[in-house]
Amino acid sequence: MATLSGEALRLEPQVAAAAPGPGLLHVAIRPARGWTGLNLGELWQYRELLFFLIWRDIKVRYKQTALGAAWAILQPVFSMVVFSLFFGRLAKVPSDGIPYPVFAYCALLPWQLFAYALAESSNSVVANERLITKVYFPRLVIPIAGVLAGLVDFAIAFSVLIFLMLRYGIVPTWTIATLPLFVLLAILTALAVGLWLSALNVQYRDVRYTVGFLTQIWLFLSPVAYPSSLVPERWRPLYGLNPMAGVVEGFRWALVGKTPPPGAMLAVSVAVVILLLVGGLFYFRRMENSFADVI
Amino acid sequence: MSDIAIRCEGIAKQYRIGQRESYRALRDTVTDAVTAPFRRVRAALRGGNGQSPKGTATIWALKDISFAVRTGEVVGIIGRNGAGKSTLLKILSRITNPTRGSADIYGRVGSLLEVGTGFHPELTGRENVYLNGAILGMKKAEIARKFDEIVDFAELDEFIDTPVKRYSSGMYVRLAFAVAAHLEPEILIVDEVLAVGDAQFQKKCISRMQKVGESGHTVLLVSHNVALVEALCRRAILLEKGEVVARGAASQVTAEYNAMFSDRNEIHRENTGELIFEGIRNRADLDGISGADDLAFRIGLRTGPRPLQSVYVDFALVNERGQWVVHSRAKFLDRSFHFEPHSRWELVYMIKAPMLAPGQYHLTLYAADAGQTHLWIEHIDACSVSARSHFGSAGVLDVLGATVPPFELELRKECNSHPS
Repeated sequence: MATLSGEALRLEPQVAAAAPGPGLLHVAIRPARGWTGLNLGELWQYRELLFFLIWRDIKVRYKQTALGAAWAILQPVFSMVVFSLFFGRLAKVPSDGIPYPVFAYCALLPWQLFAYALAESSNSVVANERLITKVYFPRLVIPIAGVLAGLVDFAIAFSVLIFLMLRYGIVPTWTIATLPLFVLLAILTALAVGLWLSALNVQYRDVRYTVGFLTQIWLFLSPVAYPSSLVPERWRPLYGLNPMAGVVEGFRWALVGKTPPPGAMLAVSVAVVILLLVGGLFYFRRMENSFADVI
Repeated sequence: MSDIAIRCEGIAKQYRIGQRESYRALRDTVTDAVTAPFRRVRAALRGGNGQSPKGTATIWALKDISFAVRTGEVVGIIGRNGAGKSTLLKILSRITNPTRGSADIYGRVGSLLEVGTGFHPELTGRENVYLNGAILGMKKAEIARKFDEIVDFAELDEFIDTPVKRYSSGMYVRLAFAVAAHLEPEILIVDEVLAVGDAQFQKKCISRMQKVGESGHTVLLVSHNVALVEALCRRAILLEKGEVVARGAASQVTAEYNAMFSDRNEIHRENTGELIFEGIRNRADLDGISGADDLAFRIGLRTGPRPLQSVYVDFALVNERGQWVVHSRAKFLDRSFHFEPHSRWELVYMIKAPMLAPGQYHLTLYAADAGQTHLWIEHIDACSVSARSHFGSAGVLDVLGATVPPFELELRKECNSHPS
C-alpha cells in the first residue's frame, strides 16, 4: 500500500504541539490501575440521570399489569395474613405484646423494601447492559437507582400500616421520629450487598440464581415472623451481624415503641452495614472498568 | 482555532479472546479447569500449541494509536470492520479503559455510539426524549428548552404521547436521532449513527451533521462510508488492524482506503475453467460516479476448449456492509448466451439509474447453464459512488433489500484466442 505524502504526516506534530484552550473541562483517559477513589463528586454531577433512571423504573414497573400499584400493597398484606395465621395463631409465636398482624406488618415493610431493592440492584448492571456498553456515566448510578426505586412501593405499603394501627388502636410515640433512619439503614443494607452482587453478576451470572435463594434464607435469619427476644440475650450482638435484624427490630421500636430499643444489636448491624458498604463501593469501582468488556 | 481538543498518545487495547460478549458462569470456570488438560493433549496431537481458545489467548484490538484533533475540526476515522474503530471510540467515550497509553480531552464530550440508547418501549415518546437526553448527558432544563425542536425534527407531533412500542421502526429511529442531533457538546464523538431512516430523513441527518461541524464544534466521526467522510470531514485517519496506516486530508485518506479494497482479491467460489473472468475493463472510470446515472460494467470473459450453450448470467451489486443492493438475473430478461470455444468476449451489464447510495460497491458474478455452474465470483471490486450525487439526487437506493432496477445485457465476441 502506498504511503501518504509527507505533507499530510507533517500535519500531526503541529497539532500535537497545540495547547488546550483555557478553562475547558479536562478529561484524562488512562489505563485502569486497580483500586480507585470513589469520585462521589462526579456522582453528584450526574444526579439528574439518577433521578431519570429511578423515574423510569417506577414508571415502567406496573405498566401493562391489571392490578397496577395495588401489587405494592397485596404482597406485604398477603404475607402478613399468612404469617398471622400460621405463626401468630397456630404456632403461637410470641410478638412482644404487640398484636401479631401489626407485629408482622411492621417487619414486612422494611423486609420487602430490602428484598426488592436487593433484587433490583443485584440485577441492575446486567439489566442495563445497553447503557453500559454505549454511554459513559458513573456506573454507581445504576445500582443506586435500582435500590431507590423501591421506596415508592414502600410508601404505598406504608399506608396499610396506618390503617392497621388505627384498627388496633396503637398510637405511635416520639420514637417514630427515628423511623427515617431505619429506612435509610434498610436501603443502605440492600445497596451494600447489591453493590457486591451486581459487580459479581457481570462476571458470573450465577448471582441471578443466588439472589432468590439468599433472600429466602435471609428472611428466616431476620426477626420478621418472630421477635429477636427469642434469641438469648448474650447472643443478640452476634445476631446483629445480620444487619436486617437491627433494621427490623428498629422498625418495630420506632413504630410501636413497646419493645425495648435494639441497642447493642443495632450498633453491630450499623457497623456491619458500613463495612459492607464501603467495601462494596470500592469493589464496584474497581470492577466497573471491565464491565463494558465482560458484560 | 489552534487549541487542542483531543490528544491520544500510544493508545493500545488488549482483549482476552472470549472475554468480549461472553460471560462466564462459575461452572464454566470449573469445567474449564477439568477439561483443559485433555484439550491440550488433543491440540498437541493435532500439532497445535495447546493453548485453550478461551482463557489465555489475547488480541490487541488497538496498538499504539496516536493522533490529535484541534478544536473545531471535523475528523473522520475510517477503516474496515475489525480495524479497531469502535474500540477507539469506546475508549475516547470512556466506556472502556485503554490497556496502555493515554488520551486527554478538553471540553464537554458527547458521544453517540448508537441512537436511542436507553429508550424504553413502555414509555411515551415524550418520556423517552427526556430519558434519552439525560442518558446522553443533557440537563433537564436543556431538554425542556429544545423539546419542541426535537419533536419537530422527528416529525412526530401527534404521536409524541404514544408509547414508543407502538411506533413503526421508522418513527422510532427518527425520534432517537432527533434527540441525538440536539446534543450540543463541545466535542462530539459519533459512530455511524447517521444511516438511519428513509432517504429523505438520512439527508436531513447529514445536513444537520454538516451544520454541527460548521458551527465550530469538534467532531470525531467514525464510519466506513467513505463518501460520508469525504463530505463531512476535512481530515481523516485510516485504521487497519489496530494501527493508524494513513492520516491527512480526507480525500487522500479515503483514496488510500479505497486502494485497500482494490488490493483485495476476488473470491472464486466456483471456477471450472470453461469460462474465465478477465476483469472489469472500464473499472478505472467507475470511481466517484453519481449514483443516479446509468451504470455500465464492461466485463471481460474468455472461453475454454468447449462451446457453452444457454448460459445464464446473474449479477449482484453488494455494498460495504455485504448487503445485496441490486440483483439482476438474466432469467428476468429471458436471455441466455452461447459462447464459442477459445474466444474472448465482452459482456456489457448496464443498470439503468440504480440510485445508489454513496459508498464502495462490489460485484458478484454468477454464470451457469442447465447442468452446471461455470463461474461464481464474489467481491469483485466494482465502483464507488460519490457523496456529491447523494445530495443532488432525489432518491437514494436504500440497503434494506435487493432491488431490481431495469438492466440490459449485451454480449460481444471480440476475437479468437489460443488456449493458454
